[in-house]
Amino acid sequence: MLLIHCPYCEEDRSELEFRWAGEAHIARPENISAISDEEFAEFFFLRNNEKGLTYERWRHIHGCGRFFNAARDTVSDRFLMTYKAGMPKQPVPETGASEKTVETYEATEGDAR
Amino acid sequence: MVDSGANFGSDIAARTLPLAGFHGGSSAARLETAPPAERISLRARAEDVGALSGALGVALPVKPKTSSSANGRTALWLGPDEWLVIAEGNGGLMQAAKNSGVLHSAADVSHRNTAILVSGPGAAAAINAGCPQDLSLKAFPVGACSRTVFGKVEIVLLRTAEDAFRVEVWRSFSDYAFGLLCEGAQDASL
Amino acid sequence: MSASSNSGAFRIKGAGRLTPARTARFTFDGKSFTALEGDTVASALLAHGVHLLGRSFKYHRPRGILSAGPEEPNALIDVSRDAARRQPNVRATVQEVFDGAKIVSQNRWPSLKFDVGAINNLFSPFFAAGFYYKTFMWPREAWVKVYEPFIRRAAGLGVAPTEEDPDHYANRYAHCDVLIAGAGVAGLTAALSAAATGASVFLVDEQPEVGGALHYDAATMIDGQNGYDWAQASAAKLKAMPNVTVLTRTTVFGYYNHGFLGLVERVTDHVAKPDKSSPRERLWQVRAKKVVLATGSIERHMVFANNDRPGIMLASAARTFLNHHGVAVGRNVGVYTAHDSAYEAAFDLRRAGVSIAAIVDNRADPSEALLAEARALGISVLSGHSVTDTGGRLRISSMTVARNGGGNARRIAVDALIISAGWTPSVHLFSQSRGKLRFDDVNQRFLPDIYAQDCVSIGGCNGTDDLAELIDEAIAAGGGSVALSGENRFEWTGGMIGAAEGAGPDTTVKAFVDFQHDVTAKDIRLAVREGMHSIEHIKRFTTNGMASDQGKLSNMHGLAIAAEMLDRPIPKVGLTTFRAPYTPVTYGTLVGHSRGELFDPARKTPMHVLETAEGAEFEDVGNWKRAWYYPKRGEDMLAAVNRECRTVREVAGVFNGSTLGKIEVVGPDAAQFLNLLYTNAWDSLKPGKSRYGIMTREDGFVYDDGVVGRLAEDRFHVTTTTGGAPRVLHHMEDYLQTEFPHLRVWLTSTTEQWAVIAVQGPKAREIIQPFVEGVDLSNEAFPHMSVSECSVMGVPARLFRVSFTGELGFELNVPADYGPAVWKAIWERAESMGACLYGTETMHVLRAEKGYIIVGQDTDGTVTPDDAGLGWAVSSKKLDFVGIRGLKRPDLVRENRKQLVGLLTKDPALVLEEGGQIVADPNQAKPMTMLGHVTSAYWSENCGRSIALALVAGGRSRIGETLYVPLKDRTIEVEVTDMVFFDKQGGRIHG
Ligand SMILES: [Zn+2]
Repeated sequence: MLLIHCPYCEEDRSELEFRWAGEAHIARPENISAISDEEFAEFFFLRNNEKGLTYERWRHIHGCGRFFNAARDTVSDRFLMTYKAGMPKQPVPETGASEKTVETYEATEGDAR
Repeated sequence: MVDSGANFGSDIAARTLPLAGFHGGSSAARLETAPPAERISLRARAEDVGALSGALGVALPVKPKTSSSANGRTALWLGPDEWLVIAEGNGGLMQAAKNSGVLHSAADVSHRNTAILVSGPGAAAAINAGCPQDLSLKAFPVGACSRTVFGKVEIVLLRTAEDAFRVEVWRSFSDYAFGLLCEGAQDASL
Repeated sequence: MSASSNSGAFRIKGAGRLTPARTARFTFDGKSFTALEGDTVASALLAHGVHLLGRSFKYHRPRGILSAGPEEPNALIDVSRDAARRQPNVRATVQEVFDGAKIVSQNRWPSLKFDVGAINNLFSPFFAAGFYYKTFMWPREAWVKVYEPFIRRAAGLGVAPTEEDPDHYANRYAHCDVLIAGAGVAGLTAALSAAATGASVFLVDEQPEVGGALHYDAATMIDGQNGYDWAQASAAKLKAMPNVTVLTRTTVFGYYNHGFLGLVERVTDHVAKPDKSSPRERLWQVRAKKVVLATGSIERHMVFANNDRPGIMLASAARTFLNHHGVAVGRNVGVYTAHDSAYEAAFDLRRAGVSIAAIVDNRADPSEALLAEARALGISVLSGHSVTDTGGRLRISSMTVARNGGGNARRIAVDALIISAGWTPSVHLFSQSRGKLRFDDVNQRFLPDIYAQDCVSIGGCNGTDDLAELIDEAIAAGGGSVALSGENRFEWTGGMIGAAEGAGPDTTVKAFVDFQHDVTAKDIRLAVREGMHSIEHIKRFTTNGMASDQGKLSNMHGLAIAAEMLDRPIPKVGLTTFRAPYTPVTYGTLVGHSRGELFDPARKTPMHVLETAEGAEFEDVGNWKRAWYYPKRGEDMLAAVNRECRTVREVAGVFNGSTLGKIEVVGPDAAQFLNLLYTNAWDSLKPGKSRYGIMTREDGFVYDDGVVGRLAEDRFHVTTTTGGAPRVLHHMEDYLQTEFPHLRVWLTSTTEQWAVIAVQGPKAREIIQPFVEGVDLSNEAFPHMSVSECSVMGVPARLFRVSFTGELGFELNVPADYGPAVWKAIWERAESMGACLYGTETMHVLRAEKGYIIVGQDTDGTVTPDDAGLGWAVSSKKLDFVGIRGLKRPDLVRENRKQLVGLLTKDPALVLEEGGQIVADPNQAKPMTMLGHVTSAYWSENCGRSIALALVAGGRSRIGETLYVPLKDRTIEVEVTDMVFFDKQGGRIHG
């Protein structure tokens, strides 16, 4: 179970208090009614779903109620940072030890083919 | 046959509390239902906190997870622009907030919430049957408060003394919360 | 050797730590036995010379006790107190005996000693690895009818209980600075060290007492005293410290993300008469800042021919039974080893008076110190020899010994054989924490390498064999300082993985690798020959390590055999990933408090008790209990609903609308915010008025609906559907916080602040009039869609003139605690005037008569406002709202979209089925072209016929057409109509 740092409560709290809210930094176009079908599809339907470093939104729904952003490694499930909603995409801080996860196909399968 | 007439209007409706008649707890964690209280959900921007604090007679805390009490009123920090203000009895909170003259939102939630008082040496353990927060005195000192989860419902937790908590819960979740607290209190006494 | 009392002929006087006077009685397969308090079922049975405990999974071979701990693969038993308190697949080596325990062996029929399924053993050539996959695939029908039932009967573990579990289970969330898993020398030392710093410490051990390896290792001295005694004294000291929690009989079964661990504490399973208030088990969900893994290591068995006979067991297990339980595992014991540890077991047994037939060491040159001690004790050591076979039927009777590399084999009579192939570090929790292992080539073991969490491994699980080093490591891990010294008698070396002499690739012997799943060395080789080259594939093909013991003994052997076959180094073949739980966890523990009334909150409105008193039947709407209908004596549901429907339109009805979601939207930009969240325009709505609003998502589909009342310029009372309340608030908060944060407006859920009493029908005004103060209820002063704050029976209230029935209607919102009193007063008056109470079913029928939709019933997430006939509610003047762009998407504006229309059956008595598919031509070939489906269908008492709503392609252009609803046994003819079936002019609502 994840432990998530809420940038508003300034504290680590259990995942039970949070709700995931999708990819972060997808701004609703200001001129939304004027955008093309392709632009709308890009904005509303398409998500990167990246493996590894991901920027995503969470809401501390059973806490302070605030939405915020998080940079998380989806492979290790490690939160690299969380920051308040409305802030621009933050660069990921340098971490000392590089995390290599065990649970890749390569790692679990050895070099067997 | 009931006659029409003004006499209906003059019959003041009686209150029925959501947890009327509930009893439970253990030697380690006593459970009591709190008397009715007035509550508002108060929302305001940072620059208006001072004026509202003055009008309410209780300082709205700005530090997360903290509360303050004065003049029979307690203000709980729930979020960066959100407070739950609780007053004993009928405290005129809506009017007091209005008197501040500053931009805010106050919604009367006196009847939305009800409260369960948990006290005794096992109070924290009883609540930890369903609450994932660290309730040690270091992490959750007297006066600390937080919206959080308790089993499958949401609560607002306030530590009123080293061994006492107030559990605020929406009325329709209150019998669930009370039931789980009973089991937690039982387990805390073992 | 002398037997002590009646607690077993193999109980050795003066040996062990149990108290002879404290006995407990239990039965095994109906036969009564006496045990000592502190015995496990395994030790108690061994004390009576009982070694045969069960039959194996696949071949039904007789099996005994292999270990003395949780790694046990063989000795699975069924333990019960009574009919409902019965648990299968319990490890006899873990279950403590309690007075009155009823123990039954498993997987045998009709009896343990004569088992029909053992015939599988004779046919074992057919039961090779992958047999099920290959044999039972075809024909398909036979799988269901023949193969599966057969396999389920023949193979399988215990039988699950059928009665409801009468026990209860507890849950506790906890936090600590340091959690230490394992309370052996390493864990205890780390705990003492950590506790000294003032940190909050959890010390957890699965055994009834702390001590770990000190249970069997009676030779180690710590701080000048017997190791086990030191352990108990240390635990007592730790328990007395306020910052330390010591949990025994508690297994750390899972190490998850971010320092989160799952622990199961067995509270009453060892108690003869448990206190009823005690939970049977307690789940601890612990968040630890740091974790110290001191889980030790597990001894491996030797893989050789017929290594599974009862009486063959791990050397450390024999030592535990002797030194802790005071039980000799035999009178003439053989030893087969590749590791030094078995020597110490032999020495201990010999000193206790047990004869040692021989120590067979497959290594050529055991250490001189061990050989000298063996000589001194008169034990013969056959180094460079192996046990190549065993004899005996239900219990081992002999071992066949031969010199390695060939030579004459000879049989040596034994009544037990203790074995050791060395030790496997318990890296399960480390691996669960996503740490990465490295292979220690020298000692042929996997050890923790790269840590993924704030965690440290110490002692046996870290490959630290030297006691002094272990103590230093533990002190450092605890972060404090403790003065501690320790000494043990022998340094241990040796060990092997893979098949031993005589069980190599050129043999067909049954040398078991995985006892619980009956996987032999030969099976693993077969898997490789069949083309499985990855350990993950080999594991699944053979099921090695997939039994309930998760391969604690077998994984390393299986890996080594596969690596040898593949001619590849072990780390290249790979180790399977360890998954939680470390040992099986009961469902009860995971469920915890969430059963019965606490399974899920049942939300009740303030008037629930009064509704119940009026005989209401309830339906679940989300978590809410809503009054469904109010049957009078002798009425079925249809009769009650028909009466309610009629009465509301003829007189009036009183309805509980409290569950309706309510959100208070407050702030100077409130109207602007609602403009953005709803399709409607709100600027024009004046205070004191309300409007029906539609909310779409960005994609243009209807998300929710409800009436919104404007109480003041800056205050709106928004209502949502009952089920939609939480998600609508979440959706609104999302936009407010992240897209429109500049708006000065706030949202508060007030659903539960208000009890809502709806009074609908021609006499509604007359009914409520006397209770309402401060509002002129006349049509002129308070027309349809008015809202006002007022006073009802002396309490502040909000009154809506609103209707979901098409009748004159009001909704009184009073503070929830006053709901019952107001409801009672209104209902008394309403009843006296001939009105009725009505529930959700009547509400549904009445709204359908008027063509009012229910979001989620008549819409399904692909319906636009226009599809639902609500195009009028989409403002064409607004420059922006959520959904404005989605609504313009080509698919949403195309012709022939499904539109909501009315359906009237040609036979007015027929009520359609909701979900029924609609076609134009019932005689077309299948699969037919579906035009849509029925969304709502009722008998309408007021229309005197059935009515329905349906989503139909191009529906509005089809009004007047005849369509068909084909059912299994008949086809129903329907006519497409508009959506209003009753009071088409709509005059009644303004009454
Ligand atoms: Zn927060």
